[in-house]
Amino acid sequence: MTDLVLKGKAIKLGDNISTDDIIPGRFAHLRSNLPELAKHVLEDAAPGFASKVKPGDFLAAGKNLGLGSSREHAPVVIKMSGVGAILAKSAARIFFRNAINQGLPVLLCDTDKINDGDELEINLTGGTIANLTSGIKLNCSKMPPIMSAILKEGGLIPYIQKHKDFKL
Amino acid sequence: MGKTLAEKIISLKSHGEAEAGDVVIADVDLAFVQDTTGPLTIRQFKESGFEALAKPQQTIIFLDHAAPSPARQLSNDHILLRRFAEETGCRIYEVGEGICHQLVAEQFASPGDVILGSDSHTVTAGALGAFATGMGSSDVAVALALGRTWFRVPESFLIELNGVFPRGVYAKDLILYLIGQIGADGANYKALEFGGEALAQVTMSQRLTIANMAVEAGAKVGLFPADKVTRDFLRKYGRGDNYQPLYPDAEANYEQVIPVNLDQLEPMLALPHAVDNVRPVAQVKGVKIQQAFIGTCTNGRLEDLAVAAEILKGKKKCPGTRLLIAPASRQVLIRAIEKGYIQGLLEAGATVLPPGCTACLGLHQGVLGDGEVCISTANRNFKGRMGNPEAMIYLASPATAAASAVKGEIADPRDIM
Repeated sequence: MTDLVLKGKAIKLGDNISTDDIIPGRFAHLRSNLPELAKHVLEDAAPGFASKVKPGDFLAAGKNLGLGSSREHAPVVIKMSGVGAILAKSAARIFFRNAINQGLPVLLCDTDKINDGDELEINLTGGTIANLTSGIKLNCSKMPPIMSAILKEGGLIPYIQKHKDFKL
Repeated sequence: MGKTLAEKIISLKSHGEAEAGDVVIADVDLAFVQDTTGPLTIRQFKESGFEALAKPQQTIIFLDHAAPSPARQLSNDHILLRRFAEETGCRIYEVGEGICHQLVAEQFASPGDVILGSDSHTVTAGALGAFATGMGSSDVAVALALGRTWFRVPESFLIELNGVFPRGVYAKDLILYLIGQIGADGANYKALEFGGEALAQVTMSQRLTIANMAVEAGAKVGLFPADKVTRDFLRKYGRGDNYQPLYPDAEANYEQVIPVNLDQLEPMLALPHAVDNVRPVAQVKGVKIQQAFIGTCTNGRLEDLAVAAEILKGKKKCPGTRLLIAPASRQVLIRAIEKGYIQGLLEAGATVLPPGCTACLGLHQGVLGDGEVCISTANRNFKGRMGNPEAMIYLASPATAAASAVKGEIADPRDIM
């Protein structure tokens, strides 16, 4: 089960962060060894990220986050780094679905209103973000009910273990 | 109300009336994985508690991304995938057979199918009128078990093609131009549907190139109607019975209609490090290159090798440039040998790689050095894509890549044809 209220610090990223930026193809030989793979998260796009990130931090990216490959390893290694939720102006389709399937919340909102290091409080049920540093409140776009249900169970695999099938 | 191609196929496969924006559960006709996404998919399948595949004969494992394997870990992943095929009775295509998307087009995809692959370029099969889309390992794992998945029915953009390709201009130039116009997220969550009076002249090989790159504009699918070109292609591969005509309704509702006049196109490039960073070749000519790579699911077909062989006929590649040729499938390689293309390319100084993904994804067979520049017929030029974040990738047609290999710098194919 995913917690409904999350609190943490924002780490800002730019626009068009691809899945090759998140976990480059040259590390494909580590994909069956996820702890080793996760050491390379965002290595090219945000050097030092893996040592900087603290459990519960949020990624606050620009537009088209996660464009490119269907590798689910991208949200997997972000989640393994301790990130509690992803915020972005927009997210590429496959990445968005993969993150939710991993039980990693993705909220689409105006991330220009968030600065690196801002303290945020995210309400997953209401789809709202309170920027505790600036005092600004942000609304996030709604996801289809089936995605909310998958997220609520902690991802697609736990969802299927429980329900045995999709329930619309 | 009329239906788009996307709405037609999803209505059929969800046994109802599906409209853009609806969320539905649809049957999956074919589900596949490749060797860099398959191991996670298999682990998730097992974790879900499932033992049997819903449709073993419509489930395929392709060993194409690390083929032959360059590392023991990847060899062990191949062992895992082979064991899964033995246990479940699914199909497996071994190292050397070719790229998943090419083999799906040659042997499986049919008009009206729903196809899921744990690879973003699964959209390639949209060329045959199949609703084919990439998903991650969890979604494919569940589809393997249930034989169905959930979809949000996409809104469609109609790309209306008119005119004819001028000399030296190809499908790759068209799709690069289009992505440059609409942007790398311009069709996020949408279906790109191709139509217009030029369609009858657009070959299946060209359609596969175009559909392949729909995902580079963010699209969920890139769909062509199933017409005479589709029928002839299926017949050629002994699958004529799989043909059914498939067209959108005349009064279908499109979110956007984008006309493209092929007569006006010129050779195009995507510059580093974004697929929508598109410029005409004429403006970029003269950039020195160290590697030219012709292959991939985008441009590794017989027609592509024919174009490259024609340009390189009787010529030599520039001594300081590596020229890599990777046929998209075993069948493509055999036909290219029969036609004499491979001999010509070898005489021009090419290195011929085995059928598969090869240099495209930065694992092996053509990893770039620091500061090196590659002109590639692939679909992605992201930073680090070919194994080195210090390298630069320009995307182009096979003709532009071949002309550039001769000159040792980015060249306009019309200058040497």
